Amino acid sequence: MPTTTGEPLLVVKNLKKYFPIRKGILIDRTVDHVKAVDDVSFEVRAGETLGLVGESGSGKTTSGYCVLQLLKPTSGSVLFNGQELTKMRKAGLRQVRRDLQVVFQDPYASLNPRMTVGDIVSEPLLVHDIGDRRSRRRSAEQLLEVVGFNPDFINRYPHEFSGGQRQRIGIARALALNPSLIVCDEPVSALDVSIQAQILNLLKDLQAEFGLAYLFIAHDLAVVRTMSDRIAVMNRGKIVEEGPAEEVYSNPQDPYSQALLAAVPIPDPRRMRERRAERRKHQDVLAESI
Amino acid sequence: MPLLAVNNLHTFFKTREGEVRAVDGVSFTIDRGTMLGIVGESGCGKSVTMLSIMGLIELPGRVVDGSAVFQGRDLLKLKGATLEDIRGHEIGMIFQDPMTSLNPTLTIGTQITETLRRHLGMSKQQARKRAIELLQEVHIPNASSRLDDYPHRYSGGMRQRVMIAIAISCNPKLLIADEPTTALDVTVQAGVLDLLHELRSEHEMAVIIITHDMGVVAETANDILVMYAGQVVEHASAYDLFDRPEHPYTEALLEALPQVEGEGIRDGRLRSIPGRPPDLIDPPKGCRFAPRCAYAGLDDCAVVQPELREIRPGHWVRSRHPASERVAQPVGVG
Ligand SMILES: Nc1ncnc2c1ncn2[C@@H]1O[C@H](COP(=O)(O)OP(=O)(O)OP(=O)(O)O)[C@@H](O)[C@H]1O
Ligand SMILES: Nc1ncnc2c1ncn2[C@@H]1O[C@H](COP(=O)(O)OP(=O)(O)OP(=O)(O)O)[C@@H](O)[C@H]1O
Ligand SMILES: [Mg+2]
Ligand SMILES: [Mg+2]
Repeated sequence: MPTTTGEPLLVVKNLKKYFPIRKGILIDRTVDHVKAVDDVSFEVRAGETLGLVGESGSGKTTSGYCVLQLLKPTSGSVLFNGQELTKMRKAGLRQVRRDLQVVFQDPYASLNPRMTVGDIVSEPLLVHDIGDRRSRRRSAEQLLEVVGFNPDFINRYPHEFSGGQRQRIGIARALALNPSLIVCDEPVSALDVSIQAQILNLLKDLQAEFGLAYLFIAHDLAVVRTMSDRIAVMNRGKIVEEGPAEEVYSNPQDPYSQALLAAVPIPDPRRMRERRAERRKHQDVLAESI
Repeated sequence: MPLLAVNNLHTFFKTREGEVRAVDGVSFTIDRGTMLGIVGESGCGKSVTMLSIMGLIELPGRVVDGSAVFQGRDLLKLKGATLEDIRGHEIGMIFQDPMTSLNPTLTIGTQITETLRRHLGMSKQQARKRAIELLQEVHIPNASSRLDDYPHRYSGGMRQRVMIAIAISCNPKLLIADEPTTALDVTVQAGVLDLLHELRSEHEMAVIIITHDMGVVAETANDILVMYAGQVVEHASAYDLFDRPEHPYTEALLEALPQVEGEGIRDGRLRSIPGRPPDLIDPPKGCRFAPRCAYAGLDDCAVVQPELREIRPGHWVRSRHPASERVAQPVGVG
């Protein structure tokens, strides 16, 4: 269903995910909860990128998993294309997944080592019973070409490829069903800078070409900045600030986002002193995260 | 005289597929009290360079050539006890490998005092007193009460501070830190980098910081060494390297970096470097970067290796087509 830019494609409201902490030898009992995601709300409009940034353990991945229904939220609502995903059954979710795909961080772990590149890329078509063997093979070749991968490699196995190449395979697979939203969870954090740039450019190109929306999750603030129209900063399970990328980065309002931005190393040695002085201003917030 | 002068270092690994030329002719010097950043992408030989200097290369690896003169002595020729004594005493180290970090079964205090007693022959009491001072120096709150904690009670950032405390405990002249902040959150990283900066000036200690992050070297180092495929491709002061990068690889690397500040970031594209680093078993005959270089010629670059040469005072580059000597436009770049 083509949606026009501007309409919210994904609406997340008051999302919570609490993990129980259990203790006990014979009988487990829940002694407390980890509030991994604690009342989070955000929207992603068609064709745009919302960047979700924050430090380790802030709840980014858990939020992404709850959107994808790979984890069942403790409470809250996830509306995708107007459908409430949290109340949906397996069969319904399967249909939704055509429109809602994911690219993971680790290009090594996320591809089945025993499947050929062609089978990996076209598996979503098989699962959804689309086309026959030959047409699926053709689709796989096309998808590989779209992500700048040599389609002749279709019969090879993932271990024969580098990290950046594997990430392309993962992206090709995510594109197979023509989704409108892709959740990208740290898609480039395992990659070197020069390869990272290739993948980020590819994601930008695909967005321009197919009108994709991204929920782009990463801990690297520069990477998130380059990809995002809007940015949400997470800290300890909460979104502490959300807004247009320019505004959040040039004029952060929340003390934690200020400290976070002051801590980013800037590749300009002339600003070393100024940056150090800037960080000292946020010492109180930073001291908490020693 | 420089504090450390590494010359023509070669370290190879014998593997079933062939010999890996991990470090292939690395030379550099570092002066007292300065900070040198070694930067480059994964597998370019940063860690192997450091391990070679410290005599820590194990089979199937071997230092096949070169010297590393530290305060008048070639570390590569020293053996056993003499080397042991320099290591951890005159040269402090922080390793990239998490296996060599803190021992989970010993208290923080025990791990710090162990080094002090071994290298400086301190008594138990002296060492304990000094350990508390060291923890204070790396800004661990309530140092004296935290001394008897086990590592698991410390956060990642605090553990890295303890590693630094141990590495500087014998007042080394040189500290080598291999990716000291890579596993840390950015706010924690900032604290650790600021701490290294502070310690360097207070102790007049030279520091070699190894990282893959251009931002990290820019915020810490006086001098920067860029490595590619086992070789030094550029070496300059931090200012000159960022203001006027010469090597096509350094230029591309800087342009490939996403920025946090500026305009038009969202709509812009990053510069990407086509291809990937070469196989170090069978590296390109000529310039190692030639297969990915926009300026490489077929005749010279592909055949003959360029030397590392001083293009202006203090700025060294290993390329036939450094930025300041270029007239022609690159092939395929507008
Ligand atoms: N299955 C689980 N059981 C218990 N706690 C969990 C589980 N998954 C995540 N957590 C906790 O929830 C919190 C948020 O984790 P999450 O993985 O979402 O963080 P993140 O922001 O993605 O971090 P990172 O940048 O390290 O990937 C953390 O404290 C984590 O330990
Ligand atoms: N034990 C070994 N056997 C074979 N090859 C090795 C061995 N140790 C290192 N190498 C090779 O030597 C090269 C340099 O490795 P090194 O660890 O120095 O890289 P690095 O620059 O520190 O990378 P990173 O940023 O990933 O830490 C790599 O190509 C690596 O594969
Ligand atoms: Mg995560
Ligand atoms: Mg290394």
